Amino acid sequence: MNWLVPLPIVLPLAGAAVSILVGRSRVAQRVVGISVLAALVVVSIVLLVQVDRNGTLVVHAGGRPAPLGITLVADRFAAVLLAVAEITLFAVLVYAIGEPGTERNHVGFQSAYLVLAAGVGASFLTGDLFNLFVAFEMMLTASYVLLTMGGRGEQVRAGMTYVVISLIASTLFVTALALVYSATGTVDLADLAGRMDTLPVGVRSMFAVLLLVVFGIKAAVFPLSFWLPDAYPTAPSPITAVFAGLLTKVGVYAIVRTQLLVFAPDSRPDTLLLVVAGFTMVVGVLGAIAQDDLQRILSFTIVSQVGYLVMGLGFSTEAGVAAVVFSVVHHVLATTSLFLVAGLIEHHGGSSWLRRIGGMVRTAPFLAAMFLVSALSMAGVPPLSGFISKFALVSAGISDRQYVVVGVALVVSILTLFSVIRIWTGAFWSPPEEAPERVAGPTNRAGGPPWMVVPTVALVTCSLAVAVFAGPLYSFSQRAAADLMDRDAYIEAVHGG
Amino acid sequence: MTVVLAAVAALLFGLGTYLLLQRKLSRIIIGLGLLTHGANVLLITAGRRGSPPIIGGDERAFADPLPQALALTAIVITFGVTSLLLALAYRSWQLTDDDEVQDDVADRAVARADVVHAEVEDQEQVIAREEQP
Repeated sequence: MNWLVPLPIVLPLAGAAVSILVGRSRVAQRVVGISVLAALVVVSIVLLVQVDRNGTLVVHAGGRPAPLGITLVADRFAAVLLAVAEITLFAVLVYAIGEPGTERNHVGFQSAYLVLAAGVGASFLTGDLFNLFVAFEMMLTASYVLLTMGGRGEQVRAGMTYVVISLIASTLFVTALALVYSATGTVDLADLAGRMDTLPVGVRSMFAVLLLVVFGIKAAVFPLSFWLPDAYPTAPSPITAVFAGLLTKVGVYAIVRTQLLVFAPDSRPDTLLLVVAGFTMVVGVLGAIAQDDLQRILSFTIVSQVGYLVMGLGFSTEAGVAAVVFSVVHHVLATTSLFLVAGLIEHHGGSSWLRRIGGMVRTAPFLAAMFLVSALSMAGVPPLSGFISKFALVSAGISDRQYVVVGVALVVSILTLFSVIRIWTGAFWSPPEEAPERVAGPTNRAGGPPWMVVPTVALVTCSLAVAVFAGPLYSFSQRAAADLMDRDAYIEAVHGG
Repeated sequence: MTVVLAAVAALLFGLGTYLLLQRKLSRIIIGLGLLTHGANVLLITAGRRGSPPIIGGDERAFADPLPQALALTAIVITFGVTSLLLALAYRSWQLTDDDEVQDDVADRAVARADVVHAEVEDQEQVIAREEQP
């Protein structure tokens, strides 16, 4: 089944090209976009089952062996993230088609979106540090286009910041690549893992921190998170949802992959990870409390949630990494569904400012229920998936005796609950204080157009399914974590396969 | 040779960082250009260099082609992103008649809220006074 591995990169790129060719007909574009992403959902799930049953799949593109050719590696961690990402991308595309606005007005939306999908897939599957750079650039360039599509004043302002910050991160990435190549003579991840160990420990630590900075900017880890709450809310709501759900998690994936595979335990900056994780959680949630705009509150909440993931990695134990694998799956689904619900709230109320909307529990009770489920899951209230994710992280932390950061995580969890409850009371219960700046969309019992509501319900259901099937998923996470901690198995799979 | 290339990279990084810290968009873009050039020079420095490109059979006789290929890829990517940035800067100039980076609206709204620090308020008044003709 090796031929499945390149499909998540090849299919969307081909789809993007076709989408440009059929640009005159929006219907044809939609057919291309939806069929490509639906096919990818199937492919990625088959891939996940295959990888879990038979172990890591490796493809050497062009038939050249590992250090020379382009290596694609699908291990358990990559496969599960790929499956979740494709499901999310598919749901958000349907939502974007249903929403009046972006997708209908711009001929380039579908192709940029498909390139974004290809970039996300390539980031998960690549087995080469330089190709990771290329995959990141593919994803980011598509995201620049999606973010600034429409060219409104605030979009241009926020887009500038976002592009400049991302370009600085990319430049640092190239710098890191140059230094790594001159020290080891390779950029292949499996090769690097072997050769890195021969370097002095100081040099290795320097590389570990440099790569952490590079990916920390993309993952929005404190103090490199300042750009995120500024940039994301200006995009149309489906775009914000997919950025919030996926792009930061791709950064987290890159951190986990490089730190665990390339660096031996003695050169990993574990204490640094725990410290920045603590600050990320606290600063993110305090920012969320200070805001009054729905999208910005949620954007700050993502920053604080990324802190949890980094914390799990910082424990550097198998239990911690297993908790991270589980939490990433939970976060992608919970964050995206929360942002989709926020988009519906904005559509329904005509504003994203909490003081301008209100009383929606009567006008849109279904929306209220969906918001409550995803918000409580995000805050970690039992029995939802967020609770299981936080429980796993905290229990890994306690067995690693990191009581301070675990305490911070628990306090931040309560503050997260406070910040989402502010949205709950502001949007659903209290009457609006000011008139919204736009006319509210046509209302019905479901709270929005069916093409927006259905994908949102689907994602909320997926998020609930994570909680229902937490047992099998968690034992899968443990297997994935065992793979991630076992560097030799990865090297063996790439070079032997 | 390595020292010269390293010094060039350092110079480009320094100039790029300086320009990046300005408030004018055009300078920021030029700064980014210099910064990425610095990274590319560093990439070229990484491999075996100074020899001719691939000719003949002896692999020791020619320069390491991999960093050059990597640098080429990086240059192409930077070229694309820089042109997008220039388009954005032009759009920003169209919208605001100005080359400066705009302030964030919501940040100012939060700063104006009840919890505002007295100093911020003073600053805002100064700005308001300056803005009046």
